[in-house]
Amino acid sequence: MVNSMAELLIKNGFVFDPILGIKGDIADVAIKNGRITDKVSDKAEIVDASGKTVMAGGVDIHTHVAGPKVNVGREMRPEDKFFRGEYRGGVLKQGKRMEMGFSVPSTWKTGYAYARMGYTFANEAAMPPLFAPHVHEEFRDTPIIDQTAMPVFGNNWFCFEYIKNDETENNAAYIAWLLSATKGFGIKIVNPGGTEAWAWGKNCSSIHDEVPHFEITPAEIVTGLIKANEYLGLPHSVHIHGNNMGNPGNYKDTLDTLRLTSGINTSNKFGREQVLHNTHLQFHAYKGSSWSDFESGAKEVMDYVNQNKNITVDMGQVTLDETTTMTSDGPFEYHLNQLTHFKWANLDVEIETGSGVVPHIYDKDVRTSGIQWAIGLEIALFAKDMMRVYITTDHPNAGPFTRYPGIIAWLMSEKARQATLDTMKWKDKVIDASNIASMDRELGLYEIAQMTRAGPAKALGLLDIYGSLRERSDGNVAVYNLNADELPSDPALIEDAFRNTAYTVKEGVIVVRDGKIVAEPPKHTLWTKVNMPENAQVMHDIREKFSTSYSINLENYPVFDENIHNARAIELDAN
Amino acid sequence: MKTITMTLVQEPELYLECYSVTPDQFAGKSLAEIADLPAHEGKIQWKLGDFFKFEGKAGETAADTKIVVNGNVRKMKRFGQKMSAGEVVINSDADMYIGGWMTGGKITVNGNADTFLGIAMEGGEILVEGDAQNYVGSSYRGDWRGMSGGLIRVKGNAGNDIGTAMTGGTIIIEGDAFIHVLTHAEGGTVIIKGDVEGRVGGQMVKGDAYVFGNLLYPLPGFKKVATVEKEVDGATYTFDQYIGDLGERKVKKKGEIIYGNLYLKK
Ligand SMILES: [Zn+2]
Repeated sequence: MVNSMAELLIKNGFVFDPILGIKGDIADVAIKNGRITDKVSDKAEIVDASGKTVMAGGVDIHTHVAGPKVNVGREMRPEDKFFRGEYRGGVLKQGKRMEMGFSVPSTWKTGYAYARMGYTFANEAAMPPLFAPHVHEEFRDTPIIDQTAMPVFGNNWFCFEYIKNDETENNAAYIAWLLSATKGFGIKIVNPGGTEAWAWGKNCSSIHDEVPHFEITPAEIVTGLIKANEYLGLPHSVHIHGNNMGNPGNYKDTLDTLRLTSGINTSNKFGREQVLHNTHLQFHAYKGSSWSDFESGAKEVMDYVNQNKNITVDMGQVTLDETTTMTSDGPFEYHLNQLTHFKWANLDVEIETGSGVVPHIYDKDVRTSGIQWAIGLEIALFAKDMMRVYITTDHPNAGPFTRYPGIIAWLMSEKARQATLDTMKWKDKVIDASNIASMDRELGLYEIAQMTRAGPAKALGLLDIYGSLRERSDGNVAVYNLNADELPSDPALIEDAFRNTAYTVKEGVIVVRDGKIVAEPPKHTLWTKVNMPENAQVMHDIREKFSTSYSINLENYPVFDENIHNARAIELDAN
Repeated sequence: MKTITMTLVQEPELYLECYSVTPDQFAGKSLAEIADLPAHEGKIQWKLGDFFKFEGKAGETAADTKIVVNGNVRKMKRFGQKMSAGEVVINSDADMYIGGWMTGGKITVNGNADTFLGIAMEGGEILVEGDAQNYVGSSYRGDWRGMSGGLIRVKGNAGNDIGTAMTGGTIIIEGDAFIHVLTHAEGGTVIIKGDVEGRVGGQMVKGDAYVFGNLLYPLPGFKKVATVEKEVDGATYTFDQYIGDLGERKVKKKGEIIYGNLYLKK
């Protein structure tokens, strides 16, 4: 058995590394003491990667794999596990634990399935601060992959008040305190103001709708949080799920949100260039005035993204599966329940956030689902800079992350897209309402490496650790059964190669061999530690709110050190 | 039709999952290949041949294959699960999930069947000579898709939760049932020829429930609208017709509101 102190040499693969500008050259990758290095001794274990594709470990910038709403999804969907267990067509036991669940997999399956796809890092995209211990405990039980969690700030009463009073410094100090208290990574916004309004049965469907009782607007919330983020110089930018998600005509609200970044730049020590990451853009790029004239707004939105380097996005690709939607966007989940009448869970998290969970079926024979599928792919295919557009499914909202290999096949093969279109009952209507049928662009492996590791690692501000095979990066490597000189013409073979790696290496340890889990070395939880003097005003405000508005004592609120699994702090000094 | 007879020779210690016992799986296979099909006892995987001896011959297709199960299989589950055609006859009591998710063919249980009989069934026919337990023709727990087609006839009594989330097909219980009939249904018919304790049609949007005997505790969400004559299971009777569940959301068809129906025999 290999240990992390040993040396490993991955020889003769076709290497793709957008950070080093390597485009499929045959090269070796050396790892020593868990880090990429320039050379190793002749005692190193050799991995023969000849005829195979080599990339840094994959980086998922946006996924929902741990915490209370994910667990609500597991609890309310026993049928998501049925016929998918060990002897009912599911994966045979490979690691220490059984795997189960399809759209809401167990933590164990989550770690194993990411590793089998060559991913070694995943960012949990919405952590309710009050329930941070639950998130971290699930991280502990998610094997192999490193993880971060973003606390949600877009409906937080503290932030509302500091923003209303234009107190950027206090807002920043509160954010730094909360990141420390929850061992969080960065600033997530979900339906700014809208989830708070939902507590009153209302919503904010445009960025200028005032939040009830707070006299501020979503536009002010987003701007205020970007200001605080850049005041602190956090590794990641503000990460937003904007207003009016999932409704026809919302591409205008999305453009309004994106325009809030106009003229804002960043200076941070992490090499990040964007000031706003707009997640699952597919759900925010809808034209039309109702579901009957619903059509793609991908071109309009991507035209703006292409022109503005201070924005990054991810796809939120619909995979045409039965899945489970779960967001902190309480009103959205209610509206979805009213459309389908599937079961619905709803939660309010004190003065911080809320959430909802509803199953959903993206049926290839339903026109809306077909158009949503097309919009996601168009977002990638209209993109000019693949370092700023990332593959996600907003797992599990638009489909499970285990479908990434299929998305890669759709992006790399027009034939694969056409084959899927051809199975759709309302193919002609989908074509009429989208651009997909006229797009013959096919992405290459270099662009896939940009969209799945180099790009997201850079946007997260974690490029020193992930996303590249540069020296001193963590020794995380994926070796795929793909001959870059002779790519298969059958897209199913591309999909197979990305579903099960020949090897996945985590910090120098071979964790997957021939598509099977073979080791489960310790993983890390990363968080952002801001060094700044204590802000007396903010600490006073925190104590006061805890005595008046929270159900628990301040002393019991922060995550205990023993909750954090193998913590790795990303440190910075506030400006 | 070719017949294959499987006779119990070894009882399992725990309960055995006989998901391989379907005409679809047996068709076109030799007796040795059939004896090699998997069966689970807890987490242990066995072969059917570890518990049964096989005689006769399987047909070339599922439709051409009849399976007769002999011996006491009271502790065995999932006979006929997902079957699409052909026939299964069980000359004994059987455990849970008999005919679950089946899409066609016929299953006869010459004894009692346990819980989850014919759940999420899409087509075909199940006949139980004895009693059935809970969740006859229901959805799997948590799922919103119950029985959508076919016929289940139970000659004896049944338990709770008959036709939960049903969308089509017919369930006939010739004896009594306890509580929860057609809960959350959006279609389908349940006929109970005996007595029912209560809670028929709770949150029902569409579907037809018939109770021939006494309905002890009717739900308040139903109101009487007519007295009608209807032919049910080959004979004509007079019923009081109630509609509901009035507390549940309503669907419209061609501008008219659809209700679930509850028919109580006069
Ligand atoms: Zn999300």
